[in-house]
Amino acid sequence: MQFKILKYIQNYKMDITEYIELVFTDYTLRTITLGTAILGAVTGMLGSFAVLRKQSLLGDAISHAALPGIAIAFLITGTKDSNTLLIGALISGLIGTFWIRGIITKTHLKSDTALGLILSLFFGFGMLLLTFIQKQPNANQAGLDKYLFGQAATLVESDVWMMAIVTGLCLIVMLTFWKEFKILLFDADYTKTLGFNTKIIDILITSFIVLAIVLGLQTVGVVLMSAMLLAPAAAARQWTNSLSVMVFLAAIFGAFSGVFGTAISASQNNLSTGPVIVLVAAVFVVFSFIFSPSRGLLFKQIRFIKNRRDLELHKTLTFMHHIAKTHEDISHPHAIKLLNNFQGYTKNTLRKLVEKDYVQLKGNMWSLTKVGFETAANLYTKQTTEDE
Amino acid sequence: MNSKPIEKNNTTSAKKIAVKVDDLTVAYNYKPVLWDIDLEIPEGVLMAIVGPNGAGKSTLIKSILGILKPIAGSVSIYDKPYEKQRQLVAYVPQKGSVDWDFPTTALDVVKMGTYGSLGWIKRPGQKEKKASLEALEKVGMLAFKSRQISQLSGGQQQRIFLARALVQNASIYFMDEPFQGVDATTEIAIINILKELRKAGKTVIVVHHDLQTVPEYFDWVTFLNVKKIATGPVKDIFNDDNLTKTYGINYKVSIQE
Repeated sequence: MQFKILKYIQNYKMDITEYIELVFTDYTLRTITLGTAILGAVTGMLGSFAVLRKQSLLGDAISHAALPGIAIAFLITGTKDSNTLLIGALISGLIGTFWIRGIITKTHLKSDTALGLILSLFFGFGMLLLTFIQKQPNANQAGLDKYLFGQAATLVESDVWMMAIVTGLCLIVMLTFWKEFKILLFDADYTKTLGFNTKIIDILITSFIVLAIVLGLQTVGVVLMSAMLLAPAAAARQWTNSLSVMVFLAAIFGAFSGVFGTAISASQNNLSTGPVIVLVAAVFVVFSFIFSPSRGLLFKQIRFIKNRRDLELHKTLTFMHHIAKTHEDISHPHAIKLLNNFQGYTKNTLRKLVEKDYVQLKGNMWSLTKVGFETAANLYTKQTTEDE
Repeated sequence: MNSKPIEKNNTTSAKKIAVKVDDLTVAYNYKPVLWDIDLEIPEGVLMAIVGPNGAGKSTLIKSILGILKPIAGSVSIYDKPYEKQRQLVAYVPQKGSVDWDFPTTALDVVKMGTYGSLGWIKRPGQKEKKASLEALEKVGMLAFKSRQISQLSGGQQQRIFLARALVQNASIYFMDEPFQGVDATTEIAIINILKELRKAGKTVIVVHHDLQTVPEYFDWVTFLNVKKIATGPVKDIFNDDNLTKTYGINYKVSIQE
């Protein structure tokens, strides 16, 4: 079966229908795809909360803090069973998180300092333990370093079940406490005055973030895990101004990053899955940053240019209106020289005004039409009332 | 302190005490931010808290509301501990304390004012929506109900915060610099709402910076600079003596009629 995939893939002639067929028929590929999709969905969802709390770096610190836990769990139990190791990761991830909070509340250090400190401290300790384990004369030790960059190929059905259960749990808790999550994210102090125990809400959110990160370590790895948290959320934020839509979109983006990433890495023999998933998520981010209609760079630029043009038109029109008011005849013609009071755009602008029938051209002389005069007059009053 | 006899002479002395603060002391690190504050705020006043930067004005409000934990002291609302009377109290934080790019609408923010009476888990329904829309109308922001909050001006954001507190339908309102960074129109609109609240028998406590407008806007004032300098009716205690004591310089307020 494995050979069949490779054959398909190495020829790189696998089109989408064939791939989909393979996903449904091939056990390994199906497990991995399902696993990465679920993982992407749950991290995208929770990542929205992390991003909105301005705790983007927290995910990075937690995932790095999980590494010594994995090593210690292995040293104690001697097994490489992923669930055992991930419990170790969970414990040291939580310890790291609470230390970060402790440092922020008890010292003068800013949160980025605390995050950086715990991140490198735990990661350093974890690496130390990993090298120690590797030097042991035990044949069993190989393969722990997969937690550094992840190895989606090692996902088995029980891992996916675990992810599905945690995701379901997370979904239930999120829907139940939606209102509380939302208000805490927006205004924590105010939430306190309403009588809510903000600590409980906070611990609930943070615990789920830690849980999601730990679940992803096997697939994406310690180093890249925070991207799974942040990228889908950052992309989703570009498309909506509603929290619920943002969380939903982030889950979708995350899930698709997982699926596409797995597909690409499966079709290119030597690409490891974790980094490809992260890169696909990054493509979502870049695309969203450029093409989102309300916040994207492209449309922002287009709107900017359009506004500039409108302003130029208005400016010329009001200027002509201003002159016309001093004449008996509103359509008193003027040479372009007289109208050219600003930076050389005049001729183009006047042509556009002619297209709109606001201005007429006779020979070399430009004059306002009746429509143009009225429009300019209204424009002027509108502008002044808006200023007030 | 020196303000006690004045309180007794006052016409409102027959009124109930809405907020009572005893021995409140707050310190961030070693230095106290608030030192041994005793304060009695009678029901139905519109009170300004004034004092220089770093005098602990915001800290006082936040400690009363339990956002900050004091080292010592207690707060009671209508003779019962604050914790049991939360539903009587509404808070308008400083506008700059939240991220206005948060993905939500004006109406949604106002609805948050109903969360306290709803309690855990229960979602706002039609009744809460109606109340929120009414509050939006009261602050003149009904037309902006579906606006994303980042697209509102500073003054409009302040009105949304005010509406969120109004929807709580509280008896006592604490406001942290509601006039900061708003234009004259908004300032007048806000002060009119505050005066209406007072007329309805509510107590309003405002951290305020502009000394010139104190006599015009407020009927009660507390001078604060780490310690409480004075508290009482504006007409009795808003004078050069207390201003000098509070601000440390020879302050002359020119009350021109």
